[in-house]
Amino acid sequence: MIRYILTRFLRAFITIVLVVTFAFVVLRLSGDPATIILGPEAPPEAIAAFRKSWGLDQPVLVQYIQYFAAIFQGDLGMSMRDGRPALELVMERIPATLALTLPALMLKLAMGVPAGVYAALHQGTAFDRAVMVAAVMGFAVPSFVLALGLVLVFAVNLGWLPSGGRDTIWHAILPIVTLGLGGAAALARFTRSAMLEVLGQHYIRTASSKGLAWAVVVRSHALPNAAIPTVTLIGFLVGSLIAGAIVVESVFSWPGVGRLMVVAVANRDLAVVQCILLLVATTMVTSNLIVDFLYGALDPRLRHGARANA
Amino acid sequence: MKTPLVKIEGLNVAFDGAPAVRGVDLAVHPGEALGLVGESGSGKSVTWLAALRLLPGKASVQGRVSLDGSDILSLPVREMERIRGGRIGIIFQDPSSALNPVLSIRRQISEVLALHRGMSGSEIRAEAKRLLDLVGMPDAKGRLDSYPHEMSGGQNQRVMIAMALAGQPDLLIADEPTTALDVTIQAQILDLLQQIRREMGMALVLISHDLGVVAENCDRVAVMYAGRIVESGPAATLFDTPRHPYARGLIDALPTLDDTQRLVAIPGVVPDPRDMPRGCAFGPRCAYAGPECLLDSPPLRAVAPGRRLACARHNLDLAGPKSTTPNSTPAEVVS
Repeated sequence: MIRYILTRFLRAFITIVLVVTFAFVVLRLSGDPATIILGPEAPPEAIAAFRKSWGLDQPVLVQYIQYFAAIFQGDLGMSMRDGRPALELVMERIPATLALTLPALMLKLAMGVPAGVYAALHQGTAFDRAVMVAAVMGFAVPSFVLALGLVLVFAVNLGWLPSGGRDTIWHAILPIVTLGLGGAAALARFTRSAMLEVLGQHYIRTASSKGLAWAVVVRSHALPNAAIPTVTLIGFLVGSLIAGAIVVESVFSWPGVGRLMVVAVANRDLAVVQCILLLVATTMVTSNLIVDFLYGALDPRLRHGARANA
Repeated sequence: MKTPLVKIEGLNVAFDGAPAVRGVDLAVHPGEALGLVGESGSGKSVTWLAALRLLPGKASVQGRVSLDGSDILSLPVREMERIRGGRIGIIFQDPSSALNPVLSIRRQISEVLALHRGMSGSEIRAEAKRLLDLVGMPDAKGRLDSYPHEMSGGQNQRVMIAMALAGQPDLLIADEPTTALDVTIQAQILDLLQQIRREMGMALVLISHDLGVVAENCDRVAVMYAGRIVESGPAATLFDTPRHPYARGLIDALPTLDDTQRLVAIPGVVPDPRDMPRGCAFGPRCAYAGPECLLDSPPLRAVAPGRRLACARHNLDLAGPKSTTPNSTPAEVVS
């Protein structure tokens, strides 16, 4: 069991290092921050000075080693735009993002899971078909289209809600709904198919043959089994709490991590982009780690390190 | 004649219009062991799943299934739930997939004890252990906290049997209980079923495609083909002198130790339920078929005390040498 836990942690750590390395390399290849931040008209001496002061004149490998050495000392670098620590800039924005993504996650769970379970239990009915149509639409319609549609209806036509900004609680509603609906659709579809798969299993018939009422069969025999695959998707949804709102924050001018990311990428603000990606990777990997351990709790077949060799 | 415990009359089951069971009449008497034999798809399992109302909603079920004289097909769901597991228990073919993988053995047995016998707490623990001992589970106490994946197929089938016995049913349906198990385990499980039946005075319906297994373990046998019973009678006599060409074919297809003859296979395949032949369903595969066999489906009639047969040519003498070769014309065989 200890070996299993250590393997999982090691794997999570390697994943984060790979993501950070990938981001580091891609960012170095995607244009010179000096010309973007100082402008194309800047004199060559200014550009050279800028590059020297940020260490950009060093070979990439040296920069890479220095970057990692700094990370292990808790230094995630400075923003090239305003000279403040990147981590500080990102941390400032996290509450705003979580103010959208956490309620959206609740909305996804509260809508998606019950809708999926109900649809599976009433397969082929009008409700089931409605859930399926909604789920396909939730997949097919990009979030910015949904966002603009909601703005058009609730902000422009009805005038009930503001179309952007972060002044009152009312400003949060449309972005939360936009995020929530898309995720709920995916979750409903996934839960439905997990549930249908389980309901077709022989042990469900066995449970009925014992004389258990259908409600008990569903609650005690079907749901615990259907939860296993569903938890994977929920883990992914939790993992995207930080980075899942990039598009929606941009549409609604919401000052969260997503918008910071968009601006930082446009400016080649290397330290900020890298800091966000590190954070995103860490959240995603951590939630996957939690899911892995949850599997063991949900599924006795995976206990006692049975998956350690997988 | 005693009144039957369960009586099935005119049972018809169809899936999306395709008939799976076509007018089955069957009675099980208290304490009796009845064997139900036939190929896959002959409707033997479907008959009992329909009787217990365990088929999916798309199945259409017609007919009458009475338990102690009252029709259970029309009972309210609540009352049906008391019968399932309480009066009639069932065990299935593949125990490893018939048990819930995420629930402990204790939990799966306890459910039945709480539901049908109103037990709780320490009473349940003691009874669950007693049941596992009864079905010959080694280290019963320790096994209670195991999960199905931690045990062998044979052990899982013992758990299934313990679970089915937990409600103290009057009838146990064993649906191919040994098909998924190793040969050595098969005999153990069949012996166990016999022993339990004798001790508990319970009736048993043994569903199998293996006529040998059924003949050894049952008092009475019914042979099913394409959704109908084609022959029924006491196990010993049916096995010795089968009257229906299909029953004869099943017996000829059994390997024997001292026999140097080749196994005789029944030519052809089971008819498609959507495209049943007009006459006898076995007609197209039958070496003895005559013109009358193509006209009407023969009814199941009493041909001797306790023996019933559905064959238009019921006066045939099938006692001769194994002869279900497809090339012999009906005329030659009869002459």
